[in-house]
Amino acid sequence: MELFRDTNFDFLGKKKIFIVLSVVLLIAGITSLVMKGGPRYGIDFRGGAQVYAKFASKPPVNEIRNSIGAKVPGNVSVQELTGDNEVIIATELREEAELETIRQTIFDTLEAQFGGGGDKPDLNTISSELLADRLAVPLTRNGVNINDEERKTLAQAIVVFRDTNRSGILSSVGELSAVVGVNEGVRKTLEEEFSIGTFTIRQVEVVGPKVGEDLRRQAILATLYALGGMLVYIAFRFEWIYGVAAVLAVFHDVLITLGLFSIFDKEISLTVIAAFLTLVGYSMNDTIVIFDRIRENLKITRREPFPDTINKSVNQTLSRTVMTSGLTFMTCLALFLFGGPVLNGFAFALVCGIVVGTYSSIFIASPVLAYWRHMMDARKGPAKPARSRA
Amino acid sequence: MKRSLQTRAAIIVAVILLSVYGIVGLPTSPGDILKNMQENIKLGLDLKGGSHLILQVQVQDAIKGEADQVIQRLRDDLAKQNVRYTSIDRNDPTSIAEADNLRISIKGIELNDAGNFRDVIGRNYTPWNIRTESSTDYTLELKESELIALKSDTVSRSLNTIEQRVNGLGLSEPTIQLHGRADAQFEILVQLPGVEDPARVKKIIGTAAVLELTDVKDGPFASRQLALSQHGGVLPLGTKLVQERPQPGQARDGGSFYLVSRTPVVTGRDLRNARASRDEFNRWETAFTLTQEAASRFGRFTESNVGNRLSVILDNQIVNVATIQSRIDDSGRITGLSGEQESTDLALVLRAGSLPAGIQYLEERTVGPSLGADSIRSGFVATVVGLILVVIIMLAYYRGAGVNATVVLVLNAVMLMACLAYFGAVLTLPGIAGVILTIGMAVDSNVLIFERIREELRGGKAVSAAIDLGFKKAFLTIIDTHVTTVVSCAFLFMFGTGPVRGFAVTLVIGLIANLFTAVFVSRWLFDWGLFRRRDAAAISI
Repeated sequence: MELFRDTNFDFLGKKKIFIVLSVVLLIAGITSLVMKGGPRYGIDFRGGAQVYAKFASKPPVNEIRNSIGAKVPGNVSVQELTGDNEVIIATELREEAELETIRQTIFDTLEAQFGGGGDKPDLNTISSELLADRLAVPLTRNGVNINDEERKTLAQAIVVFRDTNRSGILSSVGELSAVVGVNEGVRKTLEEEFSIGTFTIRQVEVVGPKVGEDLRRQAILATLYALGGMLVYIAFRFEWIYGVAAVLAVFHDVLITLGLFSIFDKEISLTVIAAFLTLVGYSMNDTIVIFDRIRENLKITRREPFPDTINKSVNQTLSRTVMTSGLTFMTCLALFLFGGPVLNGFAFALVCGIVVGTYSSIFIASPVLAYWRHMMDARKGPAKPARSRA
Repeated sequence: MKRSLQTRAAIIVAVILLSVYGIVGLPTSPGDILKNMQENIKLGLDLKGGSHLILQVQVQDAIKGEADQVIQRLRDDLAKQNVRYTSIDRNDPTSIAEADNLRISIKGIELNDAGNFRDVIGRNYTPWNIRTESSTDYTLELKESELIALKSDTVSRSLNTIEQRVNGLGLSEPTIQLHGRADAQFEILVQLPGVEDPARVKKIIGTAAVLELTDVKDGPFASRQLALSQHGGVLPLGTKLVQERPQPGQARDGGSFYLVSRTPVVTGRDLRNARASRDEFNRWETAFTLTQEAASRFGRFTESNVGNRLSVILDNQIVNVATIQSRIDDSGRITGLSGEQESTDLALVLRAGSLPAGIQYLEERTVGPSLGADSIRSGFVATVVGLILVVIIMLAYYRGAGVNATVVLVLNAVMLMACLAYFGAVLTLPGIAGVILTIGMAVDSNVLIFERIREELRGGKAVSAAIDLGFKKAFLTIIDTHVTTVVSCAFLFMFGTGPVRGFAVTLVIGLIANLFTAVFVSRWLFDWGLFRRRDAAAISI
């Protein structure tokens, strides 16, 4: 099967449409960034305490916000993750010692309001060690005679079942019948001695002011150095203007994706930074493939006008561009759709980045080359044909 | 031709075998395969669940502790030399930044004692610099080199203690090390994969665990004021007031006060062992035994103090008060604990010894086991769906060559995993980003080559020449894209933090594997196809 055979589209002729599109996207993104006061940093860079809690059914967001907001200083945000019965509870940045207390307060408040209630420990938040500990006396009383080792194994099996088969939340003791070792006596004991709450803690992140600032600075520095390294390598392999064009295109991609993150109100976390690095690598790869072709064509056909050479090169590589981008796009789309909440921001960056990165190679990086060549030719006089040093 | 094919086949087979061995080892049963795989490819905390903690040793505590000891010694020394003074005090630095500003000020030294005083300092307190503030007042400050040594000693002792405590928990593969962040100050990184109850571990790590067995002078008193008023407003010499630890379920500031001796009979350093046990009523307690030297000291003390009261003080809170019935030699116990867990934990921290300084948590990231399990599941589903789509389209678009691409992609993934296993690297979420970019670039390499071959075929070249030229021309492009990315990874690795580094490492490994698979292995597959059908006038591409 072949889709693009001997195509001859005038890509450079269409550059205006795409440059306008880029400008619109950039302005929209920057406007959003300015209006929201910069990117929405995730806990990694912003600092503060953040707790992910999963509920048995749709979480009562307002109730959670009110009860925790009453006990924790500063602004408390409670955001619902759609479709997963999960909420993210986030607090403002405070001094380290205070964050530690805040974290505990969030735990305690959740436990008091949504835990099993009463003095009985909550089966949905208990650890296997503590479960084994608390089972010891009542099991004997209910006539279940197992030794310490067996009791610990039983507790572990119950907790593993809860976490892997039930995503951390049991709705009744009856569900545990599937666990090896849970017999009538054990069930009775569990029902008597433990309560079942409606939530569990999925993830906790506490980042103090010292670490947050450091992480932000290092991530930005590393990315800039990496971009610089690429520029130098491309300049060395091609001409310096190629390096500049490629880095400009990548910069354009990152800015637009950053803008899209702001428009769709997504957080920039450390994982998202990895996604940005991926899209930088991807877009750079795409640009180099086209540049390589331009360089090759310049060697063969020296007398052709430069824009024609660019068009020819883009057309020749079109089939590969569509194939590669299409395939990578689909991989990332699969990640976006099936990857779950943790990978969501990450996949979002890649999905946007691949689309932007692919067209920037054709409509940003290549026109920069053409424009530069045009300038050089105009300075030298119009008669001379384009020549390459490469 | 045949010879070269065989040699190359041998290399490829060797690499495949080595990779497969790296991932699954030498399984003896089908069940082993999965088990070995889980053992060899280590998942990061973000995928597996667990806690990542960064804590900072509050070195100023150790410096203050040192100063307190010096003050005690100085008081004794000056008394021996009959040097009179009005006060010896120290200031109270509360943060790491202020730690260097610690000063001991000695006031009211009479002029004719000054020489004597300087002698004492010069002889016995060499780590300290003396400064004259006025004719009667002096300050002591630690020398620069002493400060540095004391701080680094405090950090390494803390690291040791924390290591012992965490190891005592029996978690699998914990990491405890100095934190290598660029401007890290006295920071320790603790990673606890698969930990279920991070709050408990944090408490175990953070407990100072300073144990003192001290004789009780007076008490209990309901409040501090009451205790003071009973003694005319000032504490008797060599005593201190200590509050009782709140019982489970009691208000936090509910305990009563006891007046105890300032110098303990026995401290945590005198312990030989500690363990959880149960008393005659089946209640949990922590029993401890003393070293020989401490035991004889303790024996003498208890013998001469029968009828008096003795208190067990843990981290400046009274845990137990009991009346000495008879001589006690080498053992004691701490009662009134909430259950098995508390008594085991207490025994653990007592065995590991006390922390030389307080610690503060700078960062905590905990991924619960249920989230870890979900992440692995959804990550797996997404990767499989993505790969299947890629393979279907490659097969449909490139037919025969699509099979090549599929083989090559799978081999690339296998080699990447094997390298991670051999290097002992962990697969994290950002690492998966690296894997995805690797797959993207691997697909790209294949597409580049196939498109070039097609072009050459279209230009009328014979099959073998088209393959040859296609590979040659695409190779230049592939090298350029790969080297560019490797260069950027080198910078990411040098200047990035943990997650960014994980991304860079995975990507570099993947790219090197890709150079091998997409160029070497794929070429061999084409050549082999040609060799089998010598007369081939067309290939399926």
